[in-house]
Amino acid sequence: MNALLIAIAAAAMVWCQPLLAAADPPPGAASCSGCHSPAATNSAIPRLYGRDAADIEKAMAGFRDGSLPATVMNRIAKGFTDEESRAIAAWLAAQK
Amino acid sequence: MGINHRLSRRDFCRSGAAAAAASALPLPAFAQSAPRVVVIGGGFGGASCARALKLFDPKLQVTLVEQSKTFIACPFSNNVIAGLRGIEEQQFGYDKVAAAGIAVAAQAATAVDGTARTVGLADGTSLSYDRLVLSPGVDLRFDVLQGYDEAAATKMPHAWKAGEQTLLLRKQLEAMDDGGLVVISAPANPYRCPPGPYERACLIAYYLKTKKPRSKLLILDAKDTFSKQRLFQNAWKELYPGMVEWVSLSQGGKVNAVDAASNTLITDFGNHTAKVANVIPPQRAGRIAMIAGAADNTGWCAIDPVTFESRSAPNIHVIGDACLAGGMPKSAFSANAQAKACARAVATLLSGGSPAAPKLINTCYSLAAPDYGISVAGVYQPKNGLLADVEGAGGVSPVDAPRDFRAREADYAQTWFATITAEVFG
Repeated sequence: MNALLIAIAAAAMVWCQPLLAAADPPPGAASCSGCHSPAATNSAIPRLYGRDAADIEKAMAGFRDGSLPATVMNRIAKGFTDEESRAIAAWLAAQK
Repeated sequence: MGINHRLSRRDFCRSGAAAAAASALPLPAFAQSAPRVVVIGGGFGGASCARALKLFDPKLQVTLVEQSKTFIACPFSNNVIAGLRGIEEQQFGYDKVAAAGIAVAAQAATAVDGTARTVGLADGTSLSYDRLVLSPGVDLRFDVLQGYDEAAATKMPHAWKAGEQTLLLRKQLEAMDDGGLVVISAPANPYRCPPGPYERACLIAYYLKTKKPRSKLLILDAKDTFSKQRLFQNAWKELYPGMVEWVSLSQGGKVNAVDAASNTLITDFGNHTAKVANVIPPQRAGRIAMIAGAADNTGWCAIDPVTFESRSAPNIHVIGDACLAGGMPKSAFSANAQAKACARAVATLLSGGSPAAPKLINTCYSLAAPDYGISVAGVYQPKNGLLADVEGAGGVSPVDAPRDFRAREADYAQTWFATITAEVFG
């Protein structure tokens, strides 16, 4: 019985990772899925969940300073600091 | 089976191994002690909020109260009016919402007792809550424009709630002879979907230009400025020259009364008799907000910008078109973003925590033609008790953008609709 509980607890540790991340979106992060589908799609708007955090952060910086061309992301990225973008990128990267 | 499995799996994470081991067993006492959240209104705000609540804290008992079995979305309903889209593409059900572990009560909410914390339903039953979320959308006011009541709306459609009214306006446009006058009456702020009347003008003009090119479209407006104004005005000139005319408030555009029998719109400056009249009347928060004591004398609901809790009704949160969200416009995107921030705050409050200040985004696309999209975006955060624009962010599409930019935004508009409706109803 004890062995079973330990096994369940260990499994819970593994299960918890993405779920705890899902529970704690940093400011702004929960809005992204309004346009960026959490599901894999072949749409014009890229999926962000599970992407490399550094890539997302770099893209946000590029949208913000205008070095990366955009239709609307330039206008949105300007509303977030480097630090906020980093937190959002890390959260998006941790989503499945 | 899938739901039970997920619930027990997530309880595990929340409460540690011991509680998780217990929750894997059927213990009704545990379920009864779970905090109860009732969400009224199954649109982009309410359905999103119910799902986000369950996602953030699976042990919450969440009930969504929505009288309609089918939701009919307003975004893209102007395409239906213009004959570019079928109404069935606007329709969504609640099966997936229910499958996410949310109790769906297909009833009208008729009463709220803020002291007893109960919601009364049309069938006489009631639901208890620890926290209540109202996302009732808007009610159209049939007591402001003289002569414009519900009966008049069957002759002069508002089409500001998607469904029968959308199809009625579509039918009237189809039946109109070439050379007819279409009049749109636009209300003063605030109202649902600020760029909506002007997108509608564009897409009706697109239909007229294609099928009835001698026709004219007149917009009678109760204001002097409007959302994405330069972009729309440029599009009218560029795409529909000589067809669309906008009459501002100061030019006498404000409609005070209508005569449904003769299809006439009456302003201080004169009468306009239309072949097709689309009267978009002033609006206020959906009725249940009034009943709950959450609406103020403007008809809308003042809220705390961190928690979305009503300024006047404790334990009641208001999101979407019904709330006064400072700089955030009344859009589906806003409602969805607010829903998630509100769900986070409600889950935090129910677990005894204090919610962190959110940051919210809005993006609104409008179509000036099927391949010509324009947008407005904004980023918002609590400031001085309101949701204020983050300075330096947001704004509208560039005025001088080339047509391929407009085509891309039109494409993004379609993708946005598919994505958001999948998140809320899929």
